[in-house]
Amino acid sequence: MKRLIPLLLALTLAAPALAVMPDERLADPALEARAREISKELRCLVCQNQSIDDSNAPLARDLRVLVRERLTAGDSNEEALDYIHARYGDFVLLRPPVKPETWALWFGPAVVLVLAGAGSAFYLHRRRREVETTAAAPLTADEERRLEAMMAGGDDENNRGHAGNTGDTARL
Amino acid sequence: MPRLILFVPFALFLVLVGYFAVGLTRDPSELPSALIDQPVPQFELPPVQENGQGLATADLKGGVQLVNVFASWCAPCRIEHPLLMRLAKEEGVTIHGIAYKDKPQDSQRFLAQLGNPYQRIGADLDGRIGIEWGVYGVPETYIVDAEGRIRYRHVGPLMPFDLDEKILPLIRELQK
Amino acid sequence: MIPEIGHYALVLALLLAIVQSSVPMIGAARGNAAWMELGRTAAYGQLLMVGTAFAALTYAYVVSDFSVLNVVQNSHSAKPMLYKVSGVWGNHEGSLVLWVLMLALFGAAVAWFGGNLPPSLKARVLGVQGMIGVGFLIFMLATSNPFIRVFPVPADGNDLNPLLQDPGLAFHPPFLYLGYVGFSLAFSFAAAALIEGRVDPAWGRWVRPWTLVAWSSLTLGIGMGSWWAYYELGWGGWWFWDPVENASLLPWLAGTALLHSAIVVEKRDALKTWTVLLAILTFTLSLVGTFLVRSGVLTSVHAFAVDPERGVAILILLLLATGGGLLLYAMRASSLKVGGLFAPVSREGALVLNNLLLSVACAVVLIGTLYPLLLDSMTGQKISVGAPFFNATFVPLMIPLVAVMAVGPLLAWKRGDLAGALGRLKFAALVTVVCVLWALYINGVKPVMALVGIAMAAWAFFGAVAELADRVKLFRIPLGQSWDRAKGLPRGAWGTTLSHAGLGIAIAGMVGTSAWLTEDIRVMNIGDTASVAGYEFTLEKVESGRVDNYTTETGTFLVSSGGDFVARLHPEQRWYPVARMETTEAAIHTTFYSDLYAVLGDRSEQGEGWVVRIYHHPLVPWIWFGAIVMVLGGLVSLSDRRFRLGVPVRRAAKAPAAAAQPAE
Repeated sequence: MKRLIPLLLALTLAAPALAVMPDERLADPALEARAREISKELRCLVCQNQSIDDSNAPLARDLRVLVRERLTAGDSNEEALDYIHARYGDFVLLRPPVKPETWALWFGPAVVLVLAGAGSAFYLHRRRREVETTAAAPLTADEERRLEAMMAGGDDENNRGHAGNTGDTARL
Repeated sequence: MPRLILFVPFALFLVLVGYFAVGLTRDPSELPSALIDQPVPQFELPPVQENGQGLATADLKGGVQLVNVFASWCAPCRIEHPLLMRLAKEEGVTIHGIAYKDKPQDSQRFLAQLGNPYQRIGADLDGRIGIEWGVYGVPETYIVDAEGRIRYRHVGPLMPFDLDEKILPLIRELQK
Repeated sequence: MIPEIGHYALVLALLLAIVQSSVPMIGAARGNAAWMELGRTAAYGQLLMVGTAFAALTYAYVVSDFSVLNVVQNSHSAKPMLYKVSGVWGNHEGSLVLWVLMLALFGAAVAWFGGNLPPSLKARVLGVQGMIGVGFLIFMLATSNPFIRVFPVPADGNDLNPLLQDPGLAFHPPFLYLGYVGFSLAFSFAAAALIEGRVDPAWGRWVRPWTLVAWSSLTLGIGMGSWWAYYELGWGGWWFWDPVENASLLPWLAGTALLHSAIVVEKRDALKTWTVLLAILTFTLSLVGTFLVRSGVLTSVHAFAVDPERGVAILILLLLATGGGLLLYAMRASSLKVGGLFAPVSREGALVLNNLLLSVACAVVLIGTLYPLLLDSMTGQKISVGAPFFNATFVPLMIPLVAVMAVGPLLAWKRGDLAGALGRLKFAALVTVVCVLWALYINGVKPVMALVGIAMAAWAFFGAVAELADRVKLFRIPLGQSWDRAKGLPRGAWGTTLSHAGLGIAIAGMVGTSAWLTEDIRVMNIGDTASVAGYEFTLEKVESGRVDNYTTETGTFLVSSGGDFVARLHPEQRWYPVARMETTEAAIHTTFYSDLYAVLGDRSEQGEGWVVRIYHHPLVPWIWFGAIVMVLGGLVSLSDRRFRLGVPVRRAAKAPAAAAQPAE
C-alpha cells in the first residue's frame, strides 16, 4: 500500500524527476531496451523499494546512466550487472544470486511444492482406497445409463453439488 | 494421522517468531559495504581548493586513514562535522574527504564555516567515484588500513558512541 | 472533552472484551445458557464503545481539533473534508482504531446473525473474537493511543501525506482491514470448533459466508491499492512485489484457498483438519502482514512511523493468537473425525489441487518476502528479493492453477469423469486457441510468456462461461428452457462463474500491459506532437492554478488518431506547500481495450519545454474490471439462499445437516 517514503525521500531531494529522463536514453533502441531490462534487475539503494528503473533518486539516475555507458562500451548484460554488483554487493540485485546462502530461497519453493504434492497425493490415495473399499467398483453400464437419466432429469444438483437440499433451508 | 505431525505448524511458527524477534533488533536499511577487505578502488580526483591537494588511490597507503564522503548540501554532514574535527585534532587521525556532487565553492564555504578536518579532499563532481566506492548516501565514512584496503564502512552521520565503540578501537587495532 | 470520551470508551471496550472473552467460554464449558448469552450482549456493547471512540476521533479530525496530537500529525485545517475523514485511518493509531472497530463489528455480526448457530459454538466464537479484541485494545491503549493531547495547542497541523490525499487511497485501507479482520472470524470459528472437538458440514456453511465477506473486501482493497499505484506513481506500474503488497497478497492467497476448502467441508464433510488449519493460518498471515508493515523489520518503507516497541507488541499479539491457535490445533485436531471419501479425479480432488497450488504459491511469496530478514538474522548478509524472483517462481504456479480452475467445476463430486469434463470444454479450448492466434497476429511471437498468459486468461474466462453454459444446457435444449434453468441456478453457481471469469479478465489485463506496453519519454514544447501506438499527442498548453491545499501545473494534450479527435488529457503536477511535497496526477483516457496515459513532468533542465511521458497500456483496464467482477462474484455467492443468515428459519435448524448424499 505505501510506497511512500521512497517517494518522500525522492521528493525531498531537489525537484523530482520521474524515473527515466529523456536525456538518458540511448539512440539505439536495442541497447536502450537492454538498459531498461538491466535497470529492472537493480534495486535502488536510496529508496530501497524500487528498481532503479522506477526510482527518482539521483543515485538511481547515475546508475542508469552508468549502465548505458557500459552497454555502449560493449558490455554484455551480465557484465554490466556484475560491474554494479561488485561495487554494491548482493543487496543491489533484485534477483538474488544462487549460492549456498540462497539455496533455501531458490530451491525452497520447489521443495515445498514436492512436499505438499506428496502430502496431497498421500491424502488422495487414502481417500480413494477407502472409496474403493467402501463404495462400489466403477459404475456398470447400467448404472451409467441411470446416471445419465438422472442428470438429464435436471436433478443434477446432487451430482454437481449445489445448493438446495442441505436440510435446513426452508423454501419460503 | 500421527499426532506428532500436528505439531509441525506450531513448531515452524515458533521458529518464525524467533526470527522476527531477532529481526526487530536489526536495522534493515543499513547495508554492509561490498568492498570490505578489498583494496580501495582505482580513482583520481581533483582538489576542491585552488591550491589544495586532490585525492587518489595512491594517497591511501602507508597508514590507517579515514575517508569521509560529505557534501555541503547534506544536513547530517553538518551534524557529524564537529566529531571529524575532534578526530583530526585530538585523536590525530588522518582524514581525507570526498566532496560528493558538490560545487567546489560550496565545499569551500562549508569548510570555512565549520573548519577543515581533512588532509586531502577530492572533488567528485558527478558522483562517479562515489559509485566506485559503493556510496549510496552521504555522509559515509570508510576506514582504510596501511595496505590500502577498506576495512570498515559507517553509513550515515557519525555519533559519539560510534567513535568510542567502533571507529577508534578499530583504528587502534589496525595501527598495531 | 470529546477526545476524553473516546479514550474512556476504549477503556470500557477493553473491559467488555475481557468479559466477552471469558464468561461465554466458561458458560460453554459448563453448559450455562445465561453465561453463554452474555457473549452477545458484550459483543454489542463492545461495538457501541469502539464505535464511540471511532466517532470521537473522526470528530476531532472533522473539526480540526489540534489539541489532539494524532490530528496535529496527520491533518491540516485547509484539507478537503474527505481527506480530513480519511486521515483518521491514514496513520498507525487511527488505523488501529478502525481495525478494532471492524473486529467489534464482526463480533456483533456473529451475535446478530448467529441465531442458527449452536449456543455453545456461538459462545466460543464470540469468546475467541473477544480475546483478539482484548489483545488489540491493550496494544492500542498501551502503545498507540490516538487520543493523546498536546499542549500548547499548535496553530495548525502537519497535513496528511499528499499521496494519501486521493480517493483511491482514502478507501483502500478500510477495505483491506475489512478483509484482514474478517479472517479473524474464520480463526475464531476454527478455534471454537477445535475446543468443541467437532467440525461438520454445518460448520463449513457458517464459515463460508464470513470468509466470502473478508475475501471480497480484501480483493477490492488490493485492487484499489494497485489502481492507486497505477495512476498516482506516474508510470503505470500496478504491482511491485513490494513487501507491503506481499503482506496483503499472503492472506488473500490463503483466504482464496480457505474459500475453496470450506466448500469441501460443507458439501462432503472432508478436508476438515486442513480447513481448520487454513483458517488459523489465513488470519495469522493477516497478522504477519500487519507486523511486517508496522514494525520496520523489513526494508519496506511506508507512511507509518516505524517503532520497534510497536513491533514487539504486535509480535506478542501474534505469538498469543497464532501460537494459541496452532497449539490448540496440535492438541485437538486429531479429535476431528475423518469425513467423506472420494476418488482423486473428482470435484474434491480438483479442490485439493487448488488448495495445494494456492498454498505453495502462498509459501513462495512468504519465503521470498521473509528471506532477506531470515538471512540477515542468521548471517548479517543483506540480499534483495524483488520482482524478478517472484516472476520466476510465483507465476509458473498460476499456470496449473488456472488450468485446473476451468476443469474443476465440471467434475462431479466423489468421482468425476475427466474425459467428459474436458469434452465439455472443447469450445473453451477452441476459443483459447483463437485468442492466442489473435495475439500472435497482432503482436508477434515475442514475448512467448505473453502468449501463455493470454492462453491462461482465455481458458479461465471461457472455461467459466462454458461451465455455466453446460449447467443451463445452452444450445442443447430450447433457449427458453435454458433461460429458466439459468434463473433457477443457485446464486453460488453464478458467483463461481463470475469470480473465475473475473480472474481470467484480470489476467488478460496483467499480461497485456506487461508484455505490450509502448512508451515515449521526451521533452515537449507547446505545440509539439508525439506519437505513441498510432495516437498523436499534441501539447496544447500548460497552466498554473491553486486548489484547497496545493498548487497545480496542468498540461493539456490533444489526442488524435489518424486525424480524428480521441480525447483531451489533463495531466497535473501538484505542489503541497505544508507537506513540502510534489505529486503527479497522470491523465488517463480509457478505451475498452487500452489506456492512454500521459504524465506532465518538470520543466526540462535546458529550460525549454516539459519532460513528458506518454504510455499506451494495452488491456490494462481489465485488471481492475476483472477484480470488480471477482468481487461481484463473491457478493452474488454471498446472497445465496443458503447463506441468508439471520433469516428466521421456519423449522428448527437441523444442525448438523447430513452431508449431501452423493448420487449413486
